[in-house]
Amino acid sequence: MTIRDIIECIDGKILTSECDMEQNVEYGYACDLLSHVMAKCSPNSVWITVQTHLNVVAVASLVDIACIIIPESIDVEKETLDRAEKEGITIISTGLNTFEICGRLYDMGISPCP
Amino acid sequence: MEYTYNVEAGNYALAGEASSSIKALLKKLGISGDIVRRMAIAAYEAEMNIVIHSKGGCLILKISPEELILISEDRGPGIPDIDLAMKEGYSTAPDEAREMGFGAGMGLSNMKRCADEFNIKSTVGIGTKVQIKIYLK
Ligand SMILES: Nc1ncnc2c1ncn2[C@@H]1O[C@H](COP(=O)(O)OP(=O)(O)OP(=O)(O)O)[C@@H](O)[C@H]1O
Ligand SMILES: [Mg+2]
Repeated sequence: MTIRDIIECIDGKILTSECDMEQNVEYGYACDLLSHVMAKCSPNSVWITVQTHLNVVAVASLVDIACIIIPESIDVEKETLDRAEKEGITIISTGLNTFEICGRLYDMGISPCP
Repeated sequence: MEYTYNVEAGNYALAGEASSSIKALLKKLGISGDIVRRMAIAAYEAEMNIVIHSKGGCLILKISPEELILISEDRGPGIPDIDLAMKEGYSTAPDEAREMGFGAGMGLSNMKRCADEFNIKSTVGIGTKVQIKIYLK
């Protein structure tokens, strides 16, 4: 699955510029507690969270997360987007809620992090 | 080789910079991806504990052909009951940290899980020192 497929699947919109739409994504994880994400999220995964501050990018970058999805059209701070662009992490926004996003991605073949 | 990274208490905007530098350095040295990842996770948890729970401190990274050593040292309140602090789910993180998604009470156990050796010493009213080793061989 690519980031392009994911965006299509969840009616998403890319918030970061210069992202690699063909980047491969295999796994998914949804959680708003950062230490859980550090412990459980695999490389090349998509992470769904309502957190939008700078530390989200630090966590994603440290564990090589490919892409972050922000549900319910929640606003994302400009500093967060700037940092994500610098780190090469894609941030996607969608009007769907976390439950709906997970359901759609699961159906599409994104697996839970091993 | 030895590298020191200062970590400021309470500065959430800067938080993660020390661990990012450590990760970038280890990658540049050609250390295997799995080990880089384990050290990055441990360093981030240590860094965030200094930011959230202490009055400031530093991370020290020591690199030898045999092993990586990470030392996290801070001035601060210290930890009165280390067994309790090590329990997953136990946290005294303040509300401002919890609102940002910290305070799951998983950081110290994440560090231990990523390490081949884990040591923690703390003196109430003085500070906390955590040392981990990751073997390269
Ligand atoms: N450097 C430190 N100085 C003082 N107390 C600390 C320090 N590190 C940890 N503690 C204490 O140990 C508890 C558990 O730490 P741990 O890192 O496991 O969880 P947390 O920081 O509360 O939450 P999380 O790491 O999941 O965001 C902390 O809530 C705090 O009470
Ligand atoms: Mg912690």
